[in-house]
Amino acid sequence: MRGITKFVITDILKNRIILIYTIILCVFSWSIFSLEDNTSKGIMSLLNVILLTVPLVSIIFGNIYMYNSAEFIELLVSQPVKRSAIWSSLFLGLSLALNTSFFIGIGLPVLLFVPSMTGVTVIFSGMLITTIFVSIAMLCAILMRDKARGIGLSIMIWLFLSLIYDGLVLFFMFQYADYPIEKPMAILAAFNPIDLARIQVLLQVDVAVLMGFTGAIFKKMFGTSVGLIVSLMIMLLWIVLPYLLSLRLFNKKDL
Amino acid sequence: MIELKNISKSFGKTQALRNVSLSLSAGKCIGLIGPNACGKTTMIKSILSMVVPDHGTIYFNGKNIHKEVQYKNDIGYMPQIGRYPENMSIKQVINMIRDIRCFDGVEDTALYDAFGLEHFDGKKMRTLSGGTTQKVSATIAFLFNPSVLILDEPTAGLDPLASEILRDKIIKEREKGKLILITSHLLSELDDMLTDIIFMQESEVIFNKTITALFEETNESRVSKAISKLLKNIK
Repeated sequence: MRGITKFVITDILKNRIILIYTIILCVFSWSIFSLEDNTSKGIMSLLNVILLTVPLVSIIFGNIYMYNSAEFIELLVSQPVKRSAIWSSLFLGLSLALNTSFFIGIGLPVLLFVPSMTGVTVIFSGMLITTIFVSIAMLCAILMRDKARGIGLSIMIWLFLSLIYDGLVLFFMFQYADYPIEKPMAILAAFNPIDLARIQVLLQVDVAVLMGFTGAIFKKMFGTSVGLIVSLMIMLLWIVLPYLLSLRLFNKKDL
Repeated sequence: MIELKNISKSFGKTQALRNVSLSLSAGKCIGLIGPNACGKTTMIKSILSMVVPDHGTIYFNGKNIHKEVQYKNDIGYMPQIGRYPENMSIKQVINMIRDIRCFDGVEDTALYDAFGLEHFDGKKMRTLSGGTTQKVSATIAFLFNPSVLILDEPTAGLDPLASEILRDKIIKEREKGKLILITSHLLSELDDMLTDIIFMQESEVIFNKTITALFEETNESRVSKAISKLLKNIK
């Protein structure tokens, strides 16, 4: 299995896109931190950029890579290799490569400019988000035999989780503004990994105070150590569930 | 050596295999023939568990192959259309399979040398012609000296010289007592290679006979003629 993972990683590194992705992330973080004197504000701007681009790149790159590996997978299945080993190698290879990119592009500058718990939270959530979207990308690739449909589904999922979901939550909030809906809203937000990442960083930066009652509820729900553990668990579930589902489908797939 | 018991497989509405039972033993060179879409490739792929049958079990040396992979160490497989990672070179592909197989015997590089692959082993798989890709597939199938060889249309796309090399190699391996399973449409090619013939039609095995029995039954001495005669009789 280690051999296959090595092949996947070298194959991805030979693909220049991952290098360009690293450079773009570098440009984002360095320019934001050098333009903004207030690191808290800098972190918030960076967070918005991260939460929009990182999931998109992870899911699209991961998805297309899976389709391009069709021959590789077919070749390996005819050899004495367990299907689960092939699948986990692809997952490991993809997530290691993308996470390394993220760590070099965003992680190092953040550690340099914001060497605090906030910085660590940003890096950690970014890496979790990367892995989550790789896992979802693999599920999309196995669900759709057709490449165009698979990529379409990936884009839909990204759109839904990063834009539409928040829109729906906001709509819900305005519709029921007269009722005490902070708690159900917080629970709703917890189902979306991107929102969860955002909330965790917000709580670290302490802008939650500015958000009034909602902020207080968030602080109460996610700010405690129990809240932290629960949100971490939800993020991990977002990695594990799509992965296990895709593995199940792959084990039954005819090549 | 390989035993299939009541294997059925359908892809959506098309039935590819219908209750196929077969027993393939070592030392035989079996020709698997039949019209297009009769289930030959599906059967081969089920033996390699590339296709998961809906019903039935397959035994390799008496062991159920379901969820097993080690048995594939004993199989050399040459696909009908070899599909390889596009931006890997011939050398990288072969090295990768070496890595996976952890083979500790002596490698059989006869085909690699005979096809002259060392002249372009740095070429990317995407730039290779269909015939060269077939040569790579054949080389990989024979490289690890497996006791079973499964060749799906081995000579389709090969030039006459390369086909001849491959034919000689197949006969040589048969004499070593290996089990060889070949599908082909070029019946004339199979004449002096085969010991047995399995004929499939519409997802079922129609007959499974030794060549001598087939020749006796039909009073013919060529595979192509014997088969057509037999088919007329069946109809």
